[in-house]
Amino acid sequence: MRRMLLWLPLAIFGILAVFFFRGLSLDPNAQPSALIGRTLPAFQLMELHTGAMLTEADLPSGPYLLNVWASWCITCQVEHPYLTELSKTLPVVGLNYKDQRTAAQNWLAKLGDPYVLHLFDDSGQLGLDLGVAGAPETFVVDASGVIRARIQGEVNVRAFEREIAPVLAAGGSR
Amino acid sequence: MFAEFGHFALVTAFAIAICQSVIPLYGYFTQQDTLIATAKPLALLQGFALAVSFAVLMHGFLVHDFSISYVANNSNLYLPWYFRLSAVWGAHEGSLLLWALILAVWGVAVSLFSRGIPDEMASLVLSVLGMIGIGFIAFMLFTSNPFERLLPFAPANGQDLNPLLQDPGLIFHPPMLYMGYVGLSVAYAFAMAALIAGRLDATWARWSRPWTTIAWSFLTFGIALGSWWAYYELGWGGWWFWDPVENASLIPWLVATALMHSLAVTEKRGLFRSWTVLLAIAAFSLSLLGTFLVRSGVLTSVHAFANDPERGVFILGFLIVVIGGSLTLYAIRAAAVSEPGRFGWLSRESWLLFNNLILTVMAISVLLGTLYPLLVDSLGGGKVSVGPPFFNAVFVPLTAILVSFMVFGPLTSWQQMKDTRQYRPLIVAGLVSVIAGLVWPTQMLGAYSIASALGTVLALWLALGTVIDIRQRILEYGSVRVMSRKVGAGFFGMWTAHIGVAVTIFGVAMVENHTEHRDLRMGPGDVQALGPYEVRFIQLEKIQGPNYVADRVTFEVWEGTRLYQAVMPEKRLYNASQMVMTEAAIDPGFTRDLYIALGEPLGDGDWAVRLSIKPFVDWIWAGSFLMGFGGIVAITDRRYRRVRARKAALLEDRVAPA
Repeated sequence: MRRMLLWLPLAIFGILAVFFFRGLSLDPNAQPSALIGRTLPAFQLMELHTGAMLTEADLPSGPYLLNVWASWCITCQVEHPYLTELSKTLPVVGLNYKDQRTAAQNWLAKLGDPYVLHLFDDSGQLGLDLGVAGAPETFVVDASGVIRARIQGEVNVRAFEREIAPVLAAGGSR
Repeated sequence: MFAEFGHFALVTAFAIAICQSVIPLYGYFTQQDTLIATAKPLALLQGFALAVSFAVLMHGFLVHDFSISYVANNSNLYLPWYFRLSAVWGAHEGSLLLWALILAVWGVAVSLFSRGIPDEMASLVLSVLGMIGIGFIAFMLFTSNPFERLLPFAPANGQDLNPLLQDPGLIFHPPMLYMGYVGLSVAYAFAMAALIAGRLDATWARWSRPWTTIAWSFLTFGIALGSWWAYYELGWGGWWFWDPVENASLIPWLVATALMHSLAVTEKRGLFRSWTVLLAIAAFSLSLLGTFLVRSGVLTSVHAFANDPERGVFILGFLIVVIGGSLTLYAIRAAAVSEPGRFGWLSRESWLLFNNLILTVMAISVLLGTLYPLLVDSLGGGKVSVGPPFFNAVFVPLTAILVSFMVFGPLTSWQQMKDTRQYRPLIVAGLVSVIAGLVWPTQMLGAYSIASALGTVLALWLALGTVIDIRQRILEYGSVRVMSRKVGAGFFGMWTAHIGVAVTIFGVAMVENHTEHRDLRMGPGDVQALGPYEVRFIQLEKIQGPNYVADRVTFEVWEGTRLYQAVMPEKRLYNASQMVMTEAAIDPGFTRDLYIALGEPLGDGDWAVRLSIKPFVDWIWAGSFLMGFGGIVAITDRRYRRVRARKAALLEDRVAPA
């Protein structure tokens, strides 16, 4: 009996460990974004190069990524090569956020341009509607134009597997 | 290139840690003294390598090497030098490095101060410490390298240290806390060594007692500093928030407190051995668990600065190896431990046993209260939180019971209390305390509170009981001088710590029940009454700090017609992070703190202002300091040194015959 009792602490710890493991996959900070499951808010923004007016009607028919970037953003440079790679198979819309036009144009000229569409949001208006906290931030939009996921920070392999791949696997629409 | 030296030193320390854990252990099992003897020099080497690594990171902060990602994220050109140094442990990677360094420092301490302990035992202890070191250094090298470079684009300036952490409190709080957390690893290593060697006896208890006590003292200081820092820096004026991270430090503290007392029984009477070992394992395991909870992002808190599931998986794996491994070893080995000796119901053993039960129940309650939200969430029950009401409901009654044990325990003799007449003065003191305690709240600001009366009764009874204990000892030995020689420093440490508990309890009871607190709108020229004072809003100005701009209000505090003091709370906006911080103005005092903090600007030059009088709040930390200091007094006890002296004498004898 006493021998059995000595195993009790281990058993209790074992049960706790299972809960901790489950706990790891839950995000305590996850504030389900108000926009997930909705379409993009309406907007009217200039095209970065031409200055032509663009609205939500000009967006590609998904699935696509909406990438919030700026020339002042260091992490945007970090994710740029991966984003360029991604853009070969998946359209990426660029939302140039709180930036200066020439600086943004130079940035694209120097590093390469992965975007199918360039939205120029110098006042951060669409950023505000999207609840953007900072650049870079990327929204995954499915075939029906509904936002499915939001990636804060760098887009990389891990973010792709976790946030983007499931949306694509579901045929881009769920 | 310089930062790479730090990285290299870290890798070297990793390799040394592997040697330190494997070679002496192999030597122990194959009985090769030369291999056993490697443990101490390896521990010194590991300490040296980690010190180099740490120094390199400090250098990176001092010279603004923003190509190191960690420096870029946590420093700034305008950050004063002392905050640049403390910023080394201001975030995840650096605080891990500090953890590992302190662990190695404890290893160095064990190898320097263990001459009274047989080499093979010390080498087992160092081997276990080495294993823990492997885990932490690997954690850094594989998931959170503090020397990672930001290349090719090194930023011109850093993102600045979290403004919350730009405070003298941060310079001392984490190192103290880590000394405590990590110090418990020594008690753990002793327990593991005893389990491996199969010698769980009184000698083992005497070896690990001073290490446990000193770690406990550091933990006490660390928790108290953290609480003090929260009080004056977070700007809410609270001193304890039952935040998961605070709880993560309180749980090991409670268990370590139980362990200290249980070790006393094991050393003196050879009892509770298996329980003591379990506590030693639990105390350190719970420190690790605290780290896991904070660093993995499993729970949210103001401290959770690095949430990353990958790290969480690593720590969880490490936790399973350390805790699971030691509990398995415990289950196998503790079965062989017999419990010789008996004790009567009315004996110091039984008081200490109940003390252990209460402290364990407290620790489990805090653990459950902290984990409950996680358990509910992982069972799909959504997000819940457990607030102060739960913890207060548990802690107040348990503390009351614990205090009565603290009063009777020290005056009770081992084995069997024969003469219960010795309890009489304690009962008289109890009656005096009840009367004084019931009257006391009427002398305080605010409504009469039964909780305040209870706190006063307990604090007074404990203080009087301790004084009576001291008096009885003096009577027993005839004079103060003889008594102080006979009882040893251990008793003086205990008395100091117990008085400290009384002081803290009193402070808590007063602050929680008699704080006068007002949130007001005030503008230039406004006057408000606060207790015996009048607070006048004199002027508002903008000031420029080294890395922030601030609104600063000058208040004059008048006592009748006499100007008591002018105070200047600030609201700071930090340039780099754009975070707003409150710098409260606090006038500390023996019987009360005057606390003035700025809330939000309300327009027209008016501000939301928080005014409080916090009676006896500093007693909370003064008491904690006494507790920690008591621990330090206790380890100066002669008998820990006597062992060493005896051993030295033995060596001399061996040399002498020639």
